Amino acid sequence: MNANLWFTLGGMIVVTYLLRASFLLLPPGVETPPFLRRALRYVPAAVLTAIWAPEVLLSGGALAISLQNERLLAGAVAIAVAWHWRGTFATIVAGLLALHFFDWLL
Amino acid sequence: MLLGLVPFGVITGVAMVASGIPPFAAMAMSILVFAGASMVASAQLLASGSPAVLIILATLFINLRFMMYSASLRLHFADAPLRWRLLIAYFTADNVYGLMLARTADDPDDRHKLAWFMGAGGLIWFSWQLAVLAGVLIGAGVPSSWRLEFAAPLAFIAMTVPYLRDRATIAAALAAATVVVIGHDLPLRLSIVAAALTGIAAGLLVERKRA
Repeated sequence: MNANLWFTLGGMIVVTYLLRASFLLLPPGVETPPFLRRALRYVPAAVLTAIWAPEVLLSGGALAISLQNERLLAGAVAIAVAWHWRGTFATIVAGLLALHFFDWLL
Repeated sequence: MLLGLVPFGVITGVAMVASGIPPFAAMAMSILVFAGASMVASAQLLASGSPAVLIILATLFINLRFMMYSASLRLHFADAPLRWRLLIAYFTADNVYGLMLARTADDPDDRHKLAWFMGAGGLIWFSWQLAVLAGVLIGAGVPSSWRLEFAAPLAFIAMTVPYLRDRATIAAALAAATVVVIGHDLPLRLSIVAAALTGIAAGLLVERKRA
């Protein structure tokens, strides 16, 4: 595991920093290509959603859109709370409480 | 923001140690990579024995949003000295960027925005490291019946919602969710890659239709 771990770590450091530095390190006069700027606008919505959607929509590797899926219900509560109050902490607390509530209820 | 990143940081620390990453390496990753989502994902991939190259590729796609943040921050900091821009890049994280957006929305020409960014970035960085350290130290000490692992997707829900500003961004999120679920059997988080590309295409398509 060790060589693989350190190689992974090194690669993650380089890749992540280069992504963050990319545009910030361009010389002042350089313009961002308009198409790239438009495409990048959708990256956070798409990527962030792709990270959490499986945790909420899948159960044991299968699609679980039903009232039996307490993570789906808790996720819906979390989205509503995030929409209204915008707070990360409020969203996490409400989501966890909802998870336990629906788990107990079902 | 600060309160919200604490549970997410703790979960990230717990997830890394639980997947077999030694505590020292987990802290090194936290300090040098400083990107929670990719750290949780790579911990899972490492635990399942994935090769380094593919974990790095997954990291690239999960952290692709930093490139967008970089392009956006450039509008504010293109004229800052290089050493400051190097530090700005290091501090660029979802919540730091989110705070910056909120701050500059009121006053784009704020003369103190560089100092403000550094202050916010430093504070968030420090809180995050403490939270991860707590998670690394707690390790397996959290009873699994608390289901705290669900705090990670919840943190991402909270980060996603502010980006759902119009039909095009909502379409991007819906398309990404659909593709990531359809493709969840794909190895090595390739479903995230496919979801990202489809989401971007959907956003551009809806934007063009409305224009």
